[in-house]
Amino acid sequence: MMRRVYLDHAAGKPVDQRVLEALNLFFSERYGNPSSLHTWGNDARKAMEDARAKIVSLVGAKRAEEVFFTSGGTESNNLAIKGVAYRNRDKGNHIVTTAIEHMSVINPCKALMKEGLDVTFVPVDKYGTVDLSSLEKAVTDKTTLVSVMYANGEIGTIQPIREIGDIAHRKRALLHVDAVAAVGQMPIDVERENIDLMSVSSNDIYGPRGVGALYVKTGTRIQPIIQGGGQERGLRSGTENIPGIVGMGKAAEITQAEMKTESRRLALLRDRLIKGLTENIPSSFLNGHPTQRLPDNANVRFSYIEGESLILSLDMLGVACSSGSACTSKTLEPSHVLLAIGLRHEEAHGSLLFTLGKQNTEEDVDYLVNAMPDIVKRLRAISPLTPKELLT
Amino acid sequence: MYTDKVMEHFRNPRNMGEIPNADGVGTVGNPVCGDLMSIYIKVKDNRLEDIKFKTFGCGAAIATSSMITELAKGKTLEEAMKISRGDVADSLGGLPPIKMHCSNLAADGLHAAIQDYLKKKGANK
Repeated sequence: MMRRVYLDHAAGKPVDQRVLEALNLFFSERYGNPSSLHTWGNDARKAMEDARAKIVSLVGAKRAEEVFFTSGGTESNNLAIKGVAYRNRDKGNHIVTTAIEHMSVINPCKALMKEGLDVTFVPVDKYGTVDLSSLEKAVTDKTTLVSVMYANGEIGTIQPIREIGDIAHRKRALLHVDAVAAVGQMPIDVERENIDLMSVSSNDIYGPRGVGALYVKTGTRIQPIIQGGGQERGLRSGTENIPGIVGMGKAAEITQAEMKTESRRLALLRDRLIKGLTENIPSSFLNGHPTQRLPDNANVRFSYIEGESLILSLDMLGVACSSGSACTSKTLEPSHVLLAIGLRHEEAHGSLLFTLGKQNTEEDVDYLVNAMPDIVKRLRAISPLTPKELLT
Repeated sequence: MYTDKVMEHFRNPRNMGEIPNADGVGTVGNPVCGDLMSIYIKVKDNRLEDIKFKTFGCGAAIATSSMITELAKGKTLEEAMKISRGDVADSLGGLPPIKMHCSNLAADGLHAAIQDYLKKKGANK
């Protein structure tokens, strides 16, 4: 049988078996609504608060009241940005964010611009690190929120969050951090790093999809964007997704216990993969930061060829990954992140994203590294852009 | 996402390569958009005696290039000019809607190569 190697963990992760066991009963047997006063309700409420305590512990929050469950990273980002922008209009009408944020940050910001708010998108350098002097210039007394991701899920670059927080706080702006890609891969402490709001997703820590959380520091001025029955202390209405929340809690507990060992293991695999590809294939390059990088992330570009053909070719050999190509997106534009680090369109089109996970082994990485040169060679032979000297 | 026919042409593209001293060359698309295609033709007695392609692009771009060489080879110039984008897509069992616009360039490439040939021929008279 053909080997199957899944290297697309940023797109989706398997749910940990221990998580599945923990959440299953909450579908069929422990189905109470945490708002109910009876025994079933109390049981669900207790399970939810146990889960909340585990998220509190994972992110270094002080109180249970600081963690709000949502439907995932996208909702957490929307809530943080719109909720803070609307609630703090008396202070100002300006948001500062970066050119490489996730679409669930960029698009709410663009929606707010249509409503008359000002948004500044701060540039990044060629490694994807936020330009701190541009950021400092962008933040004014009218800025209510600075939103910067902890690490970029596409190119892996980790941001200097503490410095960014200092800049925001000097102008009394709040700091929101999209930590979806980073949580579970590195220790994050919202207290120590002066983070006011932080988005987390369940599936990114091997929990079920459809659930996430937003950390909101006590005293932060924010208003809901979903109205209803007033669940989550009024900030996020809607009957709580108890199986999802229980699963996310269990995933947080496992992640916290295993993170140190697992991240070290992944970083070694990552470096083996990057070295194996860039050293064996001419005109191939690492995108993103060489050292300030998520342990699971390798983004490599191959000149003169296009990402979707690479993905199809790898899929035929049982390998799954993603690309920065327009052809794999819903729009016709290549990745805004790759363009923001200064790549030309055709370079962005030829970039592949490999994200490692728990079940990946050295053998998986070696299988990819061995298969890739022939794939690149074949596609370069088809491409009219390939220089003659690469065709031999 | 793709039909078996598209994948088959992607795996085993027909008539891939360049023709040295081609009678006509048509290059369409733009690497900025992620698709760039060159079609090379050799013309004899008003017929496409040989046709080859080189393509930078996605699976659909490579498959449509391969397919057009099959559709056009041996045809008269007039017949070849009538091959449309729709004909190429149909011969591949269809393309995903988003690819119909961006990657289905092969007919344009063929027509550009024929026009290049006719222009050169006119200039030589």
